Amino acid sequence: MAPKKNAAAAASVASPTPQTTNSTTTILSSSTPIKIPSKSSSQNQSPQQVALGIWQNYLDKTPQRTKLIDVFMSFLVVVGVLQFVYCILAGNYPFNAFLSGFSATVGQFVLTASLRIQTNAENKAEFSSVSPERAFADYVFGSLILHFFCVNFIN
Amino acid sequence: MVAKTQEPFFQGSTGKNSRGVLRIVILCLIAGAAVASRLFSVIRFESIIHEFDPWFNFRATKYLVSNGFYDFWDWFDDRTWHPLGRVTGGTLYPGLMVTSGVIYHALRALTIPVDIRNICVLLAPGFSGLTAFATYLFTNEMSTSPSAGLLAAIFMGIAPGYISRSVAGSYDNEAIAIFLLVFTFYLWIKAVKLGSAFWGALCALFYGYMVSAWGGYVFITNLIPLHVFVLVCMGRFSPRVYVSYCTWYALGTLASMQIPFVGFLPIRSSEHMSALGIFGLLQLVGFVEFVRSGVPSKQFATLLRGFVLVVFAISFGGLVLLTVSGVIAPWTGRFYSLWDTGYAKIHIPIIASVSEHQPTAWPAYFFDLNLLIWLFPAGVYLCFLKLADEQVFVVVYAILASYFSGVMVRLMLTLTPIVCVAAALALSNILDTYLTFKSPEEPTTITAPEGSSNSATKKAAKQEELRSMRQPLIGIYSGFSKISVVTAMTTYLLIFVLHCTWVTSNAYSSPSVVLASRMPDGSQHIIDDYREAYQWLRQNTKEDAKIMSWWDYGYQIGGMADRPTLVDNNTWNNTHIATVGKAMSSREEVSYPIMRQHEVDYVLVVFGGLLGYSGDDINKFLWMVRIAEGIWPDEVKERDFFTERGEYRVDGGATQTMKDSLMYKMSYYNYNSLFPPGQAQDRVRGVKMPEVGPVLNTVEEAFTSENWIIRIYKVKDLDNVGRDHASAASFERGNKKKKTTKKRGPKKINVSVNMAMREVQLSTRHCCEPE
Repeated sequence: MAPKKNAAAAASVASPTPQTTNSTTTILSSSTPIKIPSKSSSQNQSPQQVALGIWQNYLDKTPQRTKLIDVFMSFLVVVGVLQFVYCILAGNYPFNAFLSGFSATVGQFVLTASLRIQTNAENKAEFSSVSPERAFADYVFGSLILHFFCVNFIN
Repeated sequence: MVAKTQEPFFQGSTGKNSRGVLRIVILCLIAGAAVASRLFSVIRFESIIHEFDPWFNFRATKYLVSNGFYDFWDWFDDRTWHPLGRVTGGTLYPGLMVTSGVIYHALRALTIPVDIRNICVLLAPGFSGLTAFATYLFTNEMSTSPSAGLLAAIFMGIAPGYISRSVAGSYDNEAIAIFLLVFTFYLWIKAVKLGSAFWGALCALFYGYMVSAWGGYVFITNLIPLHVFVLVCMGRFSPRVYVSYCTWYALGTLASMQIPFVGFLPIRSSEHMSALGIFGLLQLVGFVEFVRSGVPSKQFATLLRGFVLVVFAISFGGLVLLTVSGVIAPWTGRFYSLWDTGYAKIHIPIIASVSEHQPTAWPAYFFDLNLLIWLFPAGVYLCFLKLADEQVFVVVYAILASYFSGVMVRLMLTLTPIVCVAAALALSNILDTYLTFKSPEEPTTITAPEGSSNSATKKAAKQEELRSMRQPLIGIYSGFSKISVVTAMTTYLLIFVLHCTWVTSNAYSSPSVVLASRMPDGSQHIIDDYREAYQWLRQNTKEDAKIMSWWDYGYQIGGMADRPTLVDNNTWNNTHIATVGKAMSSREEVSYPIMRQHEVDYVLVVFGGLLGYSGDDINKFLWMVRIAEGIWPDEVKERDFFTERGEYRVDGGATQTMKDSLMYKMSYYNYNSLFPPGQAQDRVRGVKMPEVGPVLNTVEEAFTSENWIIRIYKVKDLDNVGRDHASAASFERGNKKKKTTKKRGPKKINVSVNMAMREVQLSTRHCCEPE
């Protein structure tokens, strides 16, 4: 059971580490169509240069708040991976403790990702009824419930 | 209902406010109808708990109310499953008890002290009103029509398919579970439509409440992921779906794990793997969509899609591998038997032995749902026509629930909400089309068809066609067709109300604790043997006298007689039930040690032979044999209970094993004495009983109720002198014969079987005569 949960979770959690850099770039490239030709032209360059260009792009185009969210998400990924590695190394004896800790990180990651999606300017059309302030209030509400359950479950 | 069909009239003439008031009034009336139609049994009989399972819920609720929540949470019940006990706090769904406990305390705080029994009896009708309201909200999400929600609410309020499990006195988990089911689905639809984390979190909270209330929460756990999966497969993935599903899953899974009975199941069992898998899939799809939206290259996009497929296939393979290797628990038998319908009958007789677990017959659908069942496919079809995210949910729910209800009678309950919703969608569509008298008048095009229809006889048919071609008018505008269709629909609706009331009154409102029959003059005669016998047990036995009975009556004995039982309706230990089955189906010499080992003081059997009450223990006897045979195939054999020709007989032609079994003997003990000699009749089996009744050695009759439905036997103590019971009993009975043989000096014959004893006595007498 534990390995299974982890396999799926690891897929979802571990992948973002490279993803955060990767994916966020893509937002900008799409938000700025001028970038796209520059990217395609840059495909002739070496992969390192491409990666560097993407990273630079990300730094330039992402709003400060979204960057903050991304940092928090990558932090959550690191914490989750650490817990998981520890669980593999040391065994999962208080299984509820492992589960509550691990699912706290997974749940918080998912909630934060939801916040990031909702506050993203590109998704305005999808979330017509959710203002960024409302999204943040929802985020706080969800996180409070999550932490209540986790604290209750960890005994 | 009548007020509702008039609803669209008010659309134009009166303002929004009056419509709102009307809506509230209608909803209140619906709630009133829902509550009132469930009170037949309380008014006719009395305010008691029905059936078997609710007695345990009632007992647990009383414990909760008198001992507080924390004691209830760690309640170890030593009065059930006698030698073992039951960790009740960890093996029940506490939602129902806690709900009524909260209501009890709230009413007391309002200085309305109501007995907890009345709260338990009236909980289901109260919640059915809420279910009707939840259905209203749910349907309003599906349709813009003003009448759909109200129609669905009234359907849900009085549909017999739901009433059957929620009449007053049926204090079962389903009483609140259906409300929670519909309300959770409403919140889910709301979350998907808005893409709001708030609604997702609320949905998770109510899902947690649902988990605490009913084992059927697995249905939600699989239906919501299935909905999302279908959406993803249709290419309708959107950030809204991601936000709502991930919020629901992350919070809802944690919420469900708080219930001790569920524990780690959401991680470990196969039933919950679909939710986890879809959670993982959504992360992947979300990531890929994210990347794809930014990257122009088509090849890259297809590459990503391939990546998703490969990862999905790999994780699915991993899941299968983990299940096969046993890390993840496979399907439980109860759940598995939904897919492999022959599984339970072969492998787990205890599941197949419950009458609710049989497949549904066609008439049951019409009986429970009347006109809804033929409007149901139309409603689903309408959902196909307007296929938004929420309509997909209706379609998925309808298909899944239809299948399940076909496999198991009991799951008709989960089908009923969606049938009500779909039927309301179809019907409201019809009414919206045919009830609008005014709107066609406004456009000027109306005059054209009217004029053409007036002059239709005079003008040529071709010209008609051409004119109608020029101005294609789609819709129904003739007053006659409108009135006729609306009249027909209203008639159907009125018949539906009549049908529901009739079914509820006649089929679903009889408490199984008291049996009602009619006297020749039409007056009611109540047969109250169950409570008579339980009351006897309560008053005339020791506080801790252990009662052995078949598991059906375990909860009732615990609830009404308040005595410890060996087995009860919570069939968690199959071997223990098989032990009781073996004791019932074996010879007395075999069952007496079993009863001694389990410290049984009284044995209770249900016998309907005198009254023609077919649900008695002789008719259930074969299941006892089968369950016992599953554990001890050498000692109990089903074949031995059938005659040479394979008949199951209880009369003179019964097999010797049958006649020797404890159950047979206890059921028919002294039964002959009721009738003139040679005319003993079993009214259930419809056979004549043999001249000589069975003889009991190890137990003695302690109580037989008025109509012989319940017979209670006391297990004898060990013999004072150390003889076995057969010889002691035959000594008592055959005192005279003993005297004759006494002359031959002390006998050394120590035969256990009574019949053998008599034969020996006969033969010795034969021997004596020549001398």
